[in-house]
Amino acid sequence: MSDIMNVSYDTLIPNNVGLASDKRVLKGLEKWHPGYINWWNDLIPQQFQQSLIYLRTAVSVDPKGWAKFDYVKMPEYRWGILLAPQVEDRKIPCGEHAGEPVWQEVPGEYRSMLRRLIVIQGDTEPASVEQQRFLGKTAPSLYDLRNLFQVNVEEGRHLWAMVYLLQKYFGADGRQEANDLLLRSSGSEDAPRMLGAFNEETPDWLSFFMFTYFTDRDGKMQLESLAQSGFDPLSRSCRFMLTEEAHHMFVGETGVGRTIQRTCEAMIKAGIEDPYDIEKIRALGVIDLPTIQKKMNLHYTLSLDLFGREVSTNAANAFNAGIKGRFMENRLEDDHKLNDATYGVCDIVDGAVVRREVPALTAVNMRLRDDYVKDARGGVGRWNKIIEKLGIKFELKLPHEAFNRKIGVFADHLFNPQGQIIDQAQYDASINDWLPSNADGDFIQSLMVPVTEAGQYASWIAPPRVGINNMAGDFEYVKLHDA
Amino acid sequence: MSAPLKQHLIDPEICIRCYSCEAACTVQAISHNDDNVVVDGTKCEFCMACIPVCPTGSIDEWRVVENYYPVEDQLIWLELPQQQDFSNDDEAAVGLDAIDDSIQALLDKAHEGAGGKAIAPQSASKPSINLFNLGNPLTAIVQGNFRLTDKDSNGDVRHIILDLGQTHFPVLEGQSIGIIPPGLDENGKPFLPRLYSVSSPRDGERPNYNNLSLTVKREPDGVCSNYLCDLEKDDEVKITGPFGSTFLLPNDPAAHVMMICTGTGSAPFRGFTMRRQREMPNVKNSLSLYFGARRPQDLPYFGPLNKMPKDFLKTEFAFSRLDGQTKEYVQDKIRTQKASISKLLQQPNTHIFICGLKEMENGVDEALSDVAREIGIDWAILRDEMRQDGRFHIETY
Repeated sequence: MSDIMNVSYDTLIPNNVGLASDKRVLKGLEKWHPGYINWWNDLIPQQFQQSLIYLRTAVSVDPKGWAKFDYVKMPEYRWGILLAPQVEDRKIPCGEHAGEPVWQEVPGEYRSMLRRLIVIQGDTEPASVEQQRFLGKTAPSLYDLRNLFQVNVEEGRHLWAMVYLLQKYFGADGRQEANDLLLRSSGSEDAPRMLGAFNEETPDWLSFFMFTYFTDRDGKMQLESLAQSGFDPLSRSCRFMLTEEAHHMFVGETGVGRTIQRTCEAMIKAGIEDPYDIEKIRALGVIDLPTIQKKMNLHYTLSLDLFGREVSTNAANAFNAGIKGRFMENRLEDDHKLNDATYGVCDIVDGAVVRREVPALTAVNMRLRDDYVKDARGGVGRWNKIIEKLGIKFELKLPHEAFNRKIGVFADHLFNPQGQIIDQAQYDASINDWLPSNADGDFIQSLMVPVTEAGQYASWIAPPRVGINNMAGDFEYVKLHDA
Repeated sequence: MSAPLKQHLIDPEICIRCYSCEAACTVQAISHNDDNVVVDGTKCEFCMACIPVCPTGSIDEWRVVENYYPVEDQLIWLELPQQQDFSNDDEAAVGLDAIDDSIQALLDKAHEGAGGKAIAPQSASKPSINLFNLGNPLTAIVQGNFRLTDKDSNGDVRHIILDLGQTHFPVLEGQSIGIIPPGLDENGKPFLPRLYSVSSPRDGERPNYNNLSLTVKREPDGVCSNYLCDLEKDDEVKITGPFGSTFLLPNDPAAHVMMICTGTGSAPFRGFTMRRQREMPNVKNSLSLYFGARRPQDLPYFGPLNKMPKDFLKTEFAFSRLDGQTKEYVQDKIRTQKASISKLLQQPNTHIFICGLKEMENGVDEALSDVAREIGIDWAILRDEMRQDGRFHIETY
């Protein structure tokens, strides 16, 4: 048996799944590898490909080895196949097979459902790298540049994780799907990525931070529920991915927090009390809080759409089959089958948003979205603490979940951020107060100037409170290649 | 007052509530409510499994306390409490290397390769720590500064002797001191202390002369190493410390001390060896040294080491740049000496110390793992046992 903790570097692809003795899959992955490297090389500007970046790489999946920090050139980053250690005697946690031993092979009756789930998850990973491809050129600091690339290489690794599952367990179909993951492209007319939010642009760094906070958090919730899968290899892949995903949450939360902090500090220094004195605040070279609120409204609502329809038979089937659980399924105390349980889902009755009880099995998406909203609200509270601590009178608020939705029960109506139905005229009159306008985008864009001196930060963002791996404030996180 | 306790805490102002630490905790000591993620002091065993998974650095907070901060209090904290004042003896007793945050961070980093909380050998002397700090440094006088490497070596390694005058500065073999380079950094702030292991034994470079020695390699752009290497006799140097409460020599004469080092990582081992030589010169076959360098002329203390009786100190030198010979590293020597090492691994009094550049860690770990595997031992398990027993130590930089 291969050494399950330590990562083997004896094949082209580092792994802890014994690839060296699994010739079929190794060959498949080695065939897929050049396409991946091409995709990567086409994506990231050459100057950065040659730069030395202070990245963490996993050398084993136990606490000692999973975060080794060193300078690496991105194309030389060892993307690998890393699965969390197998839990002994693990049982299927939910659905009609609850309590039976987990599957180590794909159960035939769920083959296509499982493949589709893996492909959807896999499709989001390269998509975000594509969306973020131009950000390197306007990074507000070497610290942020490093964080961007860390997120990018780990999204790349997550793609590998899904491709491994496809190639190992789904034969020729799986290989075809793996190839298609490199063919689709974010924002493409002909072959777009599968989910809407992953075809949106990430035009500036505030968008990037909002994206990593709100959209990657959807990723986190999806991974959490796939980590509960009765198909053990998927569960183990996702559990290890979650440790990496936490860094993406961190980049988002602290990125927005640092932006807010700089804005408040600049207002105080200039003696501006009114957060809505937008022109004056913008003149300070910082992003006014109302604009930050608008960016938040946009990214939050786009991300809510990723949870699908409130009542969904697909989700019910996946849960019932035991291939996708609920958030923290193993900590929930019910029968884990949901045969008789009900759950309140959002609906519109007489022009008002209400909760309506439906069979809990069909409400699995809604429930995950509720868990997401709660999780997302926590960080917003911490952002508000920064504002409060600096003495500015302003509070960021998550908009109502009905606002600006394209999927689910709210998609057919217009809502204001308070969750009231409004007509087109009202909507048009206020939309620029609720969502970022082109002019807002242009202003943010005007602040996006690269800062490449170690320890220095662009005007609109505060330095981090703690360095990566506890490094000092002036640490050179990226040694830029002089083209 | 009851003995002070060391408590692991999480900084609520930095934490993003991803709960990765909670998932990583092996003893369910970490929990959360809607506000905070907290560590239960009565459950935490300092296994450190939660440290690397934290994306923020908020996890790496420690306080010495009289009574643990209860979970209920921590759950409503908005920020961490300040460290209360304790005497130095108390701090050393609970295994805190140094209270000063930056020094602590440096030591934590140096020890992290051991894979868990460092624990001092059971028979080690109790160290004093933190007697002098940035606000209250000790001024030492340079007694000598000698080049250890040959003229034709590319490396400039120095043996520097500091006179501590009349001041009591108790420092054990394996402990470090801080050196404060003069001048200001580019932000106009005084430089923070840099850590150096002492290379002399506790009673001084010369017995009872109240002095100590350092082994320092000149680094191309190193502010502190260039300052030290350029020192002349009678120059004044500001020092802090002592620091470190785990990388210490066992006093037990029956203990076998296996030392693995590269370059100036030899400093603490010079101290270990000299202490043994002075205290128990007749104990045989209890010290072994695996020492790697580019060439003999680059290896500090090569001459004196070669004169040691082999039954007092077994030495294995690995040279990686010897003309006409294949490159050899310390891990290669470990493999060629597997017969004797595999015996040592099975003895309950064997202590392993590793010191040098961070890069050596993986190679040495793999070599020990290979040696262990041949005798049917899982090195990862043995290493953890030895560490928890105070018998496995890493200090790398």
